[in-house]
Amino acid sequence: MSETQNLTLVQAVRDGLATEMELDDDVVALGQDIGKNGGVFRATQGLQSEFGESRVVDTPLAESGIIGSAVGLATGGMKPVPEIQFSGFMYPGFDQIVSHMSRYRTRSRSRFSLPMVLRAPYGGGIRAPEHHSESKEAFYAHEAGLKVVVPSTPYDTKGLLISAIRDPDPVVFLEPKLIYRAFREDVPEGDYEVPLGEAAVRREGSDVSVFTYGAMTRPTLEAAESLAEEGIDAEVVDLRTVSPMDRESIVESFEKTGRAVVVHEAPKSGGLAGEITALLQEEALLYQEAPVQRVTGFDVPVPLYAMEDYYLPNAARVEDGIREAVEF
Amino acid sequence: MSTIQRDPENRVQVLDEDGNLVGERPDIDDETLLDIYRDMKLARHFDERAVSLQRQGRMGTYPPLSGQEGAQIGSAHALAEDDWMVPSYREHGAAVVRGLPLKQTLLYWMGYEAGNEVPEDANILPVAVPIASQIPHAAGLAWSWKLQSIDDDAAADAAAGDTDTAGICYFGDGATSEGDFHEGLNFAGVYDVPMVFFCNNNQWAISVPREKQTASETLAQKADAYGFEGVQVDGMDPLAVYKVTQDALEKARNPGEDQLRPTMIEAVQYRFGAHTTADDPTVYRDEDEVERWKAKDPIPRLEAFLRSEGLLDDETVDEIEETIEQRVSDAIDEAEAEPRPEPEEMFEHAYADLPPALREQRDEFVETVNRHGKDAFLEEE
Ligand SMILES: Cc1ncc(C[n+]2csc(CCOP(=O)(O)OP(=O)(O)O)c2C)c(N)n1
Repeated sequence: MSETQNLTLVQAVRDGLATEMELDDDVVALGQDIGKNGGVFRATQGLQSEFGESRVVDTPLAESGIIGSAVGLATGGMKPVPEIQFSGFMYPGFDQIVSHMSRYRTRSRSRFSLPMVLRAPYGGGIRAPEHHSESKEAFYAHEAGLKVVVPSTPYDTKGLLISAIRDPDPVVFLEPKLIYRAFREDVPEGDYEVPLGEAAVRREGSDVSVFTYGAMTRPTLEAAESLAEEGIDAEVVDLRTVSPMDRESIVESFEKTGRAVVVHEAPKSGGLAGEITALLQEEALLYQEAPVQRVTGFDVPVPLYAMEDYYLPNAARVEDGIREAVEF
Repeated sequence: MSTIQRDPENRVQVLDEDGNLVGERPDIDDETLLDIYRDMKLARHFDERAVSLQRQGRMGTYPPLSGQEGAQIGSAHALAEDDWMVPSYREHGAAVVRGLPLKQTLLYWMGYEAGNEVPEDANILPVAVPIASQIPHAAGLAWSWKLQSIDDDAAADAAAGDTDTAGICYFGDGATSEGDFHEGLNFAGVYDVPMVFFCNNNQWAISVPREKQTASETLAQKADAYGFEGVQVDGMDPLAVYKVTQDALEKARNPGEDQLRPTMIEAVQYRFGAHTTADDPTVYRDEDEVERWKAKDPIPRLEAFLRSEGLLDDETVDEIEETIEQRVSDAIDEAEAEPRPEPEEMFEHAYADLPPALREQRDEFVETVNRHGKDAFLEEE
């Protein structure tokens, strides 16, 4: 049995990265302020002194340059792990993501694949300035050729990050910064994998299935517990990877309960809740007892923090959504 | 030779570190000199109060400016009344000079959308947080003036458009690495627009020092690549900054033959405090570096000069300080008295006309909030 450490989610990022850098010399981390400063959230703290300046690289302030050079590094046989300081600043590099990172394999008929992991702190809830709170996972999930991970626990974070680095294809790894330090969990030392593309059932239940991921997993579980006292038994499924989605687990849970609620903090329109709703329509129409409820952010820019509590789904809104589905 | 046409290695300076006149005194009247002093003091005091508000949990993350007053205030005062300012997120001092009330700046960093509302009569764009993204905007803004000034007869030749309006666009040393910087300056050169690009080289982009940002010897020399002049100025010398900016704005309006309108100014300076209140600079920089730069502080420097010119004495300094303290604390009171936004305000500005489905989202949400009560949504401060 391996030893464990009690880690926060952001420490698990660091641990996952360090573990894989130790095992594989091809892994390099690069980004703004990740070296000496250890990253603005300290996700790479101490890695530069451990692995040196050529493996943990402080880059110029240039997202297109960071992602574009990681694409080049990967074509050259490295396994780059670029960090974008906040997911709200991925857009200067968006062209590199959608024009190059996602399609190198297709373009070169698999002569090249890009084993790279693009990491970024993501999502709202930390009272940050403008452009520091977005959740745009749908952009990346919509882009063929990418895998998109949004972990919700320290254990998963480390295992998923290691799997992502070992994956031959490019992965966008979105780290919910609201829960970077919200709680701790025992995480094994050394390496282990949590497979990409598999959901986890966080709470078993028989009345309704609630699908969620990332930071929203916690208010969702909270809502499920409080409704349990009223006799509503909700199953909570944490997707963990939003692309490719674990369609089997979603459908299986829905066939058991016949009712579904999807919770995410991203805007409602064009969000992944719509995708899940369509999936259930296609695969399990005859099991459907009630319309699928979507509890999400709104179709407005994420507001500055005086209003952000209104924007983010909370346990109260999740409870409403669940009741709506159950009482239909 | 104008101040601008010079070897970028050769930094423009008017006052030395002790406030002695060492360069050509800019064309500047006594009242403006005193205004620059007052506004620098105001910016410094505002900054100190803002950092302390953040520490007390009364404001969110805030980017301090102390050390950079000379560059901000000196350059902003060189603008003519109708000129425009395109700020980054750190130009709180320059913004006040342009007419943005202090209350707005406070509100913005307190997390209120209302802080971004620029008054009709203030020619300033809202704060830009994504680094360098405002630079192409500035190029486009100035281009629009040229396009709009073309009369119909001469419509064919866009480049011939002439305008009396000019602008200034601020950004940091880190911003010069972004693609947007290159694209913005390139457009500015190609369309020959009346915009001054003002780089606040405060030595650090969070933890990355200027030398790791670019292998160029100076940032000013980057202008070469776009076909216009670059000039380096002592950014902690408010009078040198005023002079260089004034010359650059003059050239933007009335370029000489074979001269392009844009200029890139690299103002060499230092930010005394953290990058933002969320940052801990002791991780990456030495305290003696900070001390060395503090010796160049723009405020005592101008104060010494003004005293030697007989424009300032102890009494006036006290008076100025009192007025400033009052003004800042009034603005804080006003900002803190601002009522918390109502949930429906979130929907107000997403579209000119709220689409029906979004109206539904809004109405449903307002009903939800009413049902649960606001306390169910708002976390404790
Ligand atoms: C496109 C983008 N990438 C990253 C960030 C995060 N960030 C905020 S400020 C900053 C450093 C900026 O340095 P500089 O341009 O020198 O300006 P300064 O803050 O020193 O005035 C970084 C990396 C951002 N705001 N925008």
